[in-house]
Amino acid sequence: MFATLHVAGRILPWADDAADGRVTISTGLRSLTGWPVLRGLQTAALALAVGFAGLTAQPVQAQALLNVSYDPTRELYADIDKAFAAWWVAEGNPAPEIQASHGGSGAQARAVIEGLDAQVVTLALAADIDKIAAQGKLPADWQGKLPHNSSPYTSTIVFLVREGNPKGIKDWGDLVADGVEVITPNPKTSGGARWNYLGAWAWAEQNGQDPQEFVKSLYTHVPVLDKGARDATTTFTQREIGDVLLAWENEAYLAQKELGEDQYDIVVPSVSVLAEPPVALVEANLHSDDQRKLAEAYLSFLYTPEAQAIIFKQFYRGWDTSKADPADVARFPQLKLVDIAHFGGWSKVQADHFADGGIFDQIYVAQ
Amino acid sequence: MMTGLVHRSPIPGFGLSAGVTLTMLSVVVLIPIGALFLEGFSAGIPTLIDTINTGRVRAALYLSFRLSVIAACVNLVFGLVLAWVLTRYDFPGRRILDAAVDLPFALPTAVAGIALTALYAPNGAFGALFKDLGIKIAYTQWGILIALIFVGLPFVTRTVQPVVEEIEREVEEASATLGASRAYTIRRVILPLLMPAALTGFGLSLARAVGEYGSVIFIAGNLPMKTEIAPLLIVIKLEEYNDPGAAAIGLAMLAISFGMLFLINLVQVFSRRRIGHV
Repeated sequence: MFATLHVAGRILPWADDAADGRVTISTGLRSLTGWPVLRGLQTAALALAVGFAGLTAQPVQAQALLNVSYDPTRELYADIDKAFAAWWVAEGNPAPEIQASHGGSGAQARAVIEGLDAQVVTLALAADIDKIAAQGKLPADWQGKLPHNSSPYTSTIVFLVREGNPKGIKDWGDLVADGVEVITPNPKTSGGARWNYLGAWAWAEQNGQDPQEFVKSLYTHVPVLDKGARDATTTFTQREIGDVLLAWENEAYLAQKELGEDQYDIVVPSVSVLAEPPVALVEANLHSDDQRKLAEAYLSFLYTPEAQAIIFKQFYRGWDTSKADPADVARFPQLKLVDIAHFGGWSKVQADHFADGGIFDQIYVAQ
Repeated sequence: MMTGLVHRSPIPGFGLSAGVTLTMLSVVVLIPIGALFLEGFSAGIPTLIDTINTGRVRAALYLSFRLSVIAACVNLVFGLVLAWVLTRYDFPGRRILDAAVDLPFALPTAVAGIALTALYAPNGAFGALFKDLGIKIAYTQWGILIALIFVGLPFVTRTVQPVVEEIEREVEEASATLGASRAYTIRRVILPLLMPAALTGFGLSLARAVGEYGSVIFIAGNLPMKTEIAPLLIVIKLEEYNDPGAAAIGLAMLAISFGMLFLINLVQVFSRRRIGHV
């Protein structure tokens, strides 16, 4: 970038300014052409200034909305946002700018607590929204504000196995058979993984086994504890690790759809959990009345027949079947579902099972 | 009073440059670390010790530091050879290879982690080879080690390269004319000259490996007591909203790292004394 001309003896360098500002220096033997250093510095300083200016965040638009959601809802909210934007414009409003952020439910809740400017949260567990409410960002009774415990859909946990079910997995009890490898994410970092854990717990309770012993032996069959539900799906499908993936029902159907029905089978266990992923408005992050209107409309839109049809199409169990494709509704098998109240509610489950030193920690440390 | 005690440098500009340095260091390094101390000690020292002194935290710390030391040792040897080859020989593609050494710096660690996992998983290109030999790489401690070697590779090479360039050929020639064999020249002439820089690179590579998170979580398997690294445990504590617990592990890592880097510096001082200033 820089070159030096040694000017020796009494030969004087002569400089010649070109039209574009470049300077040529010559000693007679060698000559150098280039921008003067000062000019280069000016350009660099300007570039830096532009770079720093870019760091300052853009002011939030009134018609902008950030939906902070959990891991496997990418496809769902991509569709919902499109439908909502079209509906919102048809209602005579300016085009909204809806952004979505996805990640492990717990990590997402933490980001909102630490200041991520989400107007709407749609997480995997009520417990995670409770944590945000505990910081005063939304009222403690948020779950009563929208129908069905603020859950626009429910879902459950099923098994995804390889084509033909070579290990003959039918129910939770088969997961602890010799040589079976189970893929499930880490309940500490993944909301879905907590439901997996609770599903196993519920099955053991109903089949006369010691739940803690059963769950413990189940986790000895887990070769990889991924951070989130989508990571676990990748491990099972792309890396071909494990014989069975404990997955969100929607994730299992999605994997089958995306990767081929001839590669994976879905096994529905005799009992599973009724997961109610809730949605809520983050009151503290509403910056104007316009934004509040938009955010409220967005959440109530989730309960409209149009949105519910998308929800069914994306393999979630919605409430309103009036506009849904009957085939989308019919594919859900009926099975015995246990909800979180059965385990004593999220705050109890969280404290007993997943807190520091809780039952899940004991499973691993005791080995 | 003070001016009488402090020996003022004759070079002007000390006040300004020291001010800028201190401000930068405070904003970027010292204050965040201060906050870590504050949070870690907030629950009291007994709680701090209890948090660290559980089987799972001890296992994670041991795993992280053990693998980091191994990775740094591999990088020390490999990095020295690489630096030597890249500076001393000229061959087609040398400059491209030279640039490629920096890739682990530039690549987002998550990308590196996913790429390594795809390669070393049992169905990946390398993983399949090892699978035939009955060795599992991805999702075991081997996988973590490979990721740590990857992220630490440039440090030794980049610190040693300028020193290799500086060594005059005459030094080697003098050694040869005095009757030293090639191996003896390397052992008694070249390596002592490279050692201080190599140790610096070793320390940097070690520090980087200890703190590495992004690439390791994809390839590690993350099983508690087996393949769970200390930085992941910190993230888990944070997601349990256990900030003091997370800070406690952070402090433990900081203390151990400090001890190790201190040792490396001692070795450096010792080797400088032995062979003179380089």
